[in-house]
Amino acid sequence: MGYFHSVRLEEDKCKGCTNCIKHCPTEAIRVREGKARIIQERCIDCGECIRICPNHAKIAVGDDLTALAAYRYRIALPAPAVVSQFAGQAKLEHILGALKALGFDAIYEVALAAEMVARATRRYLDNYGGKRPLISPACPAVVGLIQVRFPSLVEQILPLVTPVDLAARLARLEGMKATGLPLEAVGTFFISPCPAKITAARQPQGKRVGPDGVIPLATVYGDILKGLSSALPYPSRAGATGYGWGHSGGENASIGGRRLLEVDGIHHVIEVLTRIEAGDFQDIEYIEAQACPGGCVGGALMVQNPYLAKLELRQLVRDLPSRSMDLPVTEKDLRAEPVYPRPALQLDDDLATAIEKMRRLEATQAMLPGLDCGSCGSPSCRALAEDIVQGEAQDTDCVFVLRERVRVLAEEVVELARKLPPSMARPERGDEDAPSGNR
Amino acid sequence: MPSLKLSFPVRARDFLAGGHGAARIRQVLQQVGFPPEIIRRAAIAAYEAEMNIIIHSYGGELKAHITPGAITITAVDDGPGIPDIELAMQEGYSTAPREIQEMGFGAGMGLPNIRRCADELEIKSGAGQGTTVNIIIYNR
Repeated sequence: MGYFHSVRLEEDKCKGCTNCIKHCPTEAIRVREGKARIIQERCIDCGECIRICPNHAKIAVGDDLTALAAYRYRIALPAPAVVSQFAGQAKLEHILGALKALGFDAIYEVALAAEMVARATRRYLDNYGGKRPLISPACPAVVGLIQVRFPSLVEQILPLVTPVDLAARLARLEGMKATGLPLEAVGTFFISPCPAKITAARQPQGKRVGPDGVIPLATVYGDILKGLSSALPYPSRAGATGYGWGHSGGENASIGGRRLLEVDGIHHVIEVLTRIEAGDFQDIEYIEAQACPGGCVGGALMVQNPYLAKLELRQLVRDLPSRSMDLPVTEKDLRAEPVYPRPALQLDDDLATAIEKMRRLEATQAMLPGLDCGSCGSPSCRALAEDIVQGEAQDTDCVFVLRERVRVLAEEVVELARKLPPSMARPERGDEDAPSGNR
Repeated sequence: MPSLKLSFPVRARDFLAGGHGAARIRQVLQQVGFPPEIIRRAAIAAYEAEMNIIIHSYGGELKAHITPGAITITAVDDGPGIPDIELAMQEGYSTAPREIQEMGFGAGMGLPNIRRCADELEIKSGAGQGTTVNIIIYNR
């Protein structure tokens, strides 16, 4: 089965500008024939291109409320960060109530599952003796980044289930117990701050572990907002530590008490992962890494300013108890599916061929101007050199190479124009008007 | 046999750019597709060799020669040289100037670290002659 991606291009809106290619952390976009093309194997659905596109041509394809019709009992799974979008306007119970009023029968807060995962993480770290630091699996864009760009760090991803997947499983069990309905009749819907979580829930896996559907927050934002004043309140069960996962540093705060590092913003994450790969940061136990600025509050499908959202979220949960849930699941249930590398940047499967390609790549790059202007449709001169070596571009795609080629050609043309056929005599100096052939 | 040569100038005391050449070598090895363990060893050796140039010399060059069977990393510098190589290979022995040690570098782990990562290691140096470190890591 192919790799599902939530991030897509709306072709008619794309003007072929090169903003997206410059921001993509895995160099997964090229502009060809006036349109941005996403290289599927490289895309990690981080949503950076959605954020940057001035024409709003990049979108995230998720589910909408019509998907609820396929189930008899529907449970909403709001991400901890989702409530931050309405904080300042209503209390937590009212936000959850307005969400439920969209057509759900119940709500299972992902924050609740986050508290359980935090406990499991703490226990795991206590008994862990392997390579450090361990890296949080909670942000699927970071997991994707590791698979594509830092494959050697895959083994350092904490092998525990994510709060979303745990919430989906527990909600399903609760729903079945409450209604007596069979598994297929109970639907769980994650309300997502970002495209990466949509993608993560759709990957073909042996058994379905995640939610049944993923609805981008942006698609239901207006509906929830409208219902804030009128909807019946819905009781919250999660505590402040669980909701803290909605902003950067919150996950670490809920685990607590050790050398835990937090980093947010995908380009900062890349810096840290580069250092880890080089062997640094070994005195750090755990890294909470989130692709979006400020964490999930800054998700690409969020509406509010991330920094305001972070403030509002903190204020909203100030009155909640900082409880930590007991684990109603066994150790085995908390285990995550293994994560494998997706080394999409490798030049060739055959080592000798790859070395030869790399040699040509280095030589080609040396001929390019090094301005990384993006006019060729590739994100940098190095990426263009790579595309040339892989047969997907030509050196004349570079406007500077082309211009130089034209200049040389023009000089040759002028040179040729000066030349006379041997049968014609040369005009003499100082007497250019005189037809020399007559002397 | 295809082969690839890389070369990076290294400036003395340029801590800001320190590790840049080694990072590029790692990147190239990854994109070529060497096994992670080989890349790790090559990257650590290259990093230590590069830092040695930065810390101990007046400047030099970090080079890599890559073939399917082996990665050769060479660090050449103009510098005061190593008067006693055997002594320098001992863990914790350092000739780094005090101000460098105060910065947290030059703990005397560079060459021992390189030796741990290398399949073959050759150091040519002498007082006042500069230093050439040649590191070979076999891909097998």
